[in-house]
Amino acid sequence: MEEIEIQLDVNDKKYQLKVAPWRTLVEVLRESLGLMGTKKSCCEGECGACTVILDGKSVVSCLLLAVDAQDKKITTIEGLSKGETLHPIQESFLKHGAVQCGFCTPGMVMSAKVFLDENEKPTLMEARQAIAGNLCRCTGYQHIINAVMDVPEKTAKK
Amino acid sequence: MFIKRMPKFAYHAPTSLSEAIALMEEYGPKKASLYAGGTDLFVAMKKRGYTPDALINLKSIEGLTGIDFDAQKGITIGGLATLGDIARSEIVKQHLPPLWDAVQVMASVQIRNLATIGGNLCSAWPSADTAPPLIALGASVKLHGAKGERTVLVENYFARAGKSVIEPDEILTQVTIPVPQLNSTGTYLKLMRRNAMDLSMVGVATLLVLDSDNTVCKDALIVLGAVAPTPVRALEAEKIIVNKAIDLDVAAQAGQIASDNVNPRTSIRASGEYRKEMVAVQVKRALLTSYARLQKS
Repeated sequence: MEEIEIQLDVNDKKYQLKVAPWRTLVEVLRESLGLMGTKKSCCEGECGACTVILDGKSVVSCLLLAVDAQDKKITTIEGLSKGETLHPIQESFLKHGAVQCGFCTPGMVMSAKVFLDENEKPTLMEARQAIAGNLCRCTGYQHIINAVMDVPEKTAKK
Repeated sequence: MFIKRMPKFAYHAPTSLSEAIALMEEYGPKKASLYAGGTDLFVAMKKRGYTPDALINLKSIEGLTGIDFDAQKGITIGGLATLGDIARSEIVKQHLPPLWDAVQVMASVQIRNLATIGGNLCSAWPSADTAPPLIALGASVKLHGAKGERTVLVENYFARAGKSVIEPDEILTQVTIPVPQLNSTGTYLKLMRRNAMDLSMVGVATLLVLDSDNTVCKDALIVLGAVAPTPVRALEAEKIIVNKAIDLDVAAQAGQIASDNVNPRTSIRASGEYRKEMVAVQVKRALLTSYARLQKS
């Protein structure tokens, strides 16, 4: 089976690589590009740990073939912080104790980013629904919701 | 199978329907699979329940994703329109309330941005959430195959659990919905064990057409999902609400009749008895919700 030459645009950087068509985006991000922030968990789209942003929309990268992610703008968790400076959403997560084992956190933050870009002042129900596609086994979600609701307005879009 | 990698396959990205159809014919049935979002197919492939020799990407074909409104021709939704596109569509929100209700409660935001309406129909699960609303709206699908194009009413699209009438060489290119009448609206209610990320135990779609005073029901469609191998119309329940205003008694009566006429099976999500009882409750609620919507507008 042949490998296909593709170009991936991840966090404003272009990568040229050869991938087999059956490799999913989460595998390519982690194993070929060394971007380990995006996590593999259920591998069937149920848990949201592999959530990345594709052309402004959140998707599960475990059900997306890498070849189908060409010519699209991909943002992973690594793309949010700038060097040592955390994104306001990440700051809010830390402030509210929303990180325990941390495995769900990148996916949660990516879902929160996409949501807050559209809705800067969410209600409690809206914030809860925004992370409905992301599972957490540690926190019981309350601190995560508090963090999402406490991101200062006009800062999420950074 | 902890790692769940995709099995190997030959990959094709045709740029036209005829190219895709030719590829399907070349491989033969069950040897190749068309795919769009992959949210159902890839899960089955990862679990090795289905391992086609080749995958044929439909997303490389242009013109299959649009959502358009035409006062004469109706509302057209491309087969490859994602559930997310449909959820964000003002056309759907304004003109097709039961379909809009349905996409809000399907899977998750992330899955909805990949999954397509065509995929939901072609997977043909009994609990498919777009099916009851589309049937209530009188929708039909365009199937494009080696022998040409044909149109099938969504109501006639499902053969049995997991199987639609689509042939191996056919592609679902478009869903067409006639413009709903004035003084009509509908609802979709999905009964789940959880508040999100679950298949339905009972799905109810309604479409009510009221008279010009918005009091008496002139026409009604009630469509049930997940309580039979395919979506079913609650025909007996529909009959008794015509020419009536929908109050609690009428809605409850319709619900009971709908419940009397179904025989859901027991599954991992709910027992047959529970689903049968819940049909009565959910149909009642859906009718009252739809009726109230029309009173408001």
